[in-house]
Amino acid sequence: MAEKKEYWRWLETRWTNPDIDLDGKEGKIITAGCDVGSVSSQAVVMVDGKLYAYSNMRTGSDSPDSAMRAMNWALEDTGLAIDDVRYSIGTGYGRVNVPFAQRTITEIACHARGANFMYGPTVKTVLDMGGQDCKAIHCDERGKVLTFLMNDKCAAGTGRGMEVFADLMGVSINEIGELSFDIDEEPPPVTSTCVIFAKSEATGMLKKGVPKNKVIAAYCSAMAHRIYTLLERIGVEKDFAITGGIAKNVGVTRRLFAELGLESLTSKYDTQIAGAIGAALFAKALVEREAKK
Amino acid sequence: MRANYGYKDGSGEYFITIDTDKCNGCGDCVPACPYGVLGVGEDPYDPFHEEPVAFVTEAQRKKIRYTCASCKPYLTSLAGVQTEVSLREMKNLPCVAACKPGAITHSW
Ligand code: SF4
Ligand code: SF4
Repeated sequence: MAEKKEYWRWLETRWTNPDIDLDGKEGKIITAGCDVGSVSSQAVVMVDGKLYAYSNMRTGSDSPDSAMRAMNWALEDTGLAIDDVRYSIGTGYGRVNVPFAQRTITEIACHARGANFMYGPTVKTVLDMGGQDCKAIHCDERGKVLTFLMNDKCAAGTGRGMEVFADLMGVSINEIGELSFDIDEEPPPVTSTCVIFAKSEATGMLKKGVPKNKVIAAYCSAMAHRIYTLLERIGVEKDFAITGGIAKNVGVTRRLFAELGLESLTSKYDTQIAGAIGAALFAKALVEREAKK
Repeated sequence: MRANYGYKDGSGEYFITIDTDKCNGCGDCVPACPYGVLGVGEDPYDPFHEEPVAFVTEAQRKKIRYTCASCKPYLTSLAGVQTEVSLREMKNLPCVAACKPGAITHSW
């Protein structure tokens, strides 16, 4: 029997900084951040506040185990062991379940701090589109939160909603964005804001013979519009950065930029690691604060 | 920091905003709210903020439309919009009235 294709499966990533040499690691401040979300988990290792290694993988059914797996993957072949890490901070939805973390910090604080590192100090507005919530944050040039807003009431505008939708459409989640532009004209967005209803609305469209790519476009544009209305409340100031898994979905982001009349900055790193980077940076700051006491 | 707690859904916008620069962590709002919407403790969004601040409790964040409706007898209280009446009445809400520095506002 043919295995069922896992359309929702997105690409897991890992990276090591080739420019950091750890010979004589004594005296260096090695810190880590681990962001355990509902859909994905990331681990970041930093050396003296520089990005050294990271991993981004799917969260399993068990949070402590997911945190460990992400951390082990980030450390793989680096020559570092978890005991070399001076201070670790857990963040995200499952932050209390990071076994090796000394403390936890909310993901809002970590995302702002992480985006400041990844996209630079000019970032004023951060939109995080995560697995099951959406956060809009204003921050200052040091990545300190000035205003924030979080919407986690419903999964429609989230990564999890997109996974469910990819499965329903039978299209790989990595291709959804591009396919949504392969259409003759832009369809009106699906009207339902709830995943369950949006799903049945999309199924209905397919039954009526609407081409698949157009249904995908209608779904992406509904998601973009929902996020737009959320951003409206706090306003978007330049520079603008998007973090989280949906940042990789051009079907949503390009439509959002069109509504905002504004584009976001890009980063060479995986957009999903912002929270873990922020956590690792806070860890470094805490180590330094301890040292001063 | 302006911390917006609440949500926006198909029916409207329901946010309680705590201005953490004004909030002094006195805790007066906590017993003033009859439904346990507010709490005071370590600032969840700024790990380096030494003083305690007020926040909306986790359990209430997704249902303040209904919880706060008990304090908002005017007709638009479930419509999630700011009206002349809701603006005028805001100062009489137990939470807002209890807060001397004026750190708490509602969006509806
Ligand atoms: S409006 Fe009433 S229920 Fe809502 S936070 Fe204020 S005191 Fe509590
Ligand atoms: S009453 Fe006002 S100042 Fe005191 S803790 Fe509550 S919000 Fe802060």
